[in-house]
Amino acid sequence: MFLFYFIKKLSIAVPVTITFFDVVGYIARVDGISMQPTLNPDKGDFDYIFLNRWSVRFNNIRRGDIVCIVSPKDLKQSIVKRVVGLQGDVISTMSYEKTVLRVPEGHCWVEGDHVGHSFDSNNFGPISLGLITAKASCIVWPPSRWQFIYPYLSRKPLNAAL
Amino acid sequence: MRPVLRKIIGSVADIVKYACIVHCTLEYVGDFVICSGPSMEPTLHTNDVLLTEHFTPRLRDIKRGDILIVKCPTECEQLICKRVTALPGDKVQVGYQSSVVIPMGHMWLEGDNYFNSLDSRSYGPVPQGLVRGRALMKVWPFSSAYVLK
Repeated sequence: MFLFYFIKKLSIAVPVTITFFDVVGYIARVDGISMQPTLNPDKGDFDYIFLNRWSVRFNNIRRGDIVCIVSPKDLKQSIVKRVVGLQGDVISTMSYEKTVLRVPEGHCWVEGDHVGHSFDSNNFGPISLGLITAKASCIVWPPSRWQFIYPYLSRKPLNAAL
Repeated sequence: MRPVLRKIIGSVADIVKYACIVHCTLEYVGDFVICSGPSMEPTLHTNDVLLTEHFTPRLRDIKRGDILIVKCPTECEQLICKRVTALPGDKVQVGYQSSVVIPMGHMWLEGDNYFNSLDSRSYGPVPQGLVRGRALMKVWPFSSAYVLK
């Protein structure tokens, strides 16, 4: 009897939890040095960030946002990068095959903050917006690093009026 | 007042529960898709209804010849339905002279209607991360329902 009650509760709790993670967001650990100094500023420490799923539902991605994307090279991997350019922007690339390019329709240009130590659009080119799974909205752990993440651009696209 | 309030809260909780179960089913198990457009003729026509499963993209076993439901790479609100013709490492002939080797984590999509299809021939290899599901069978119209191969 108790087991039956337990299974019944579980069969509700699991879908509700999964839906919450899918719709609202979840917490993930950031690995690697590619987003230094914004994330993982000290070697050996990991930041835990809240990935907001709700805000990417309506595709309001802005320049400077930190987003989580499915790696275009390997769909098992998710990577955290900063959006530098949106569709139509002209980007001066750093080590891509073209030195200047226009981001095609429905794509964006993402880069890590740690220049030269990041596997980003400079390697694989512009990525489709459909690969963006979530937007990083705050650092939740460790407590000394509690903060919201605001859009910020150190490198701007070449088209003016930004 | 109390019992009414309790009843309202109870039914809202029920709705949320069932909505969550429906969401999980549609997201992780499979759903129905209505086709539109001529790009997959003669296999699929406009207003055909497809039953799709969502295990393939999670298990990462995409095969050549599968009909996939994919987020359009140039317009991510839209879903497209195309056939996989090449996987990473394969060489694809584009036009008469040039050929493309599919990079890692990508695939080559083509519509069955060679002359009227907007597919990888215009936007290149598509990342596998955009796959949403694989078409299993055609369920509507009944007269021509069959399992897709």
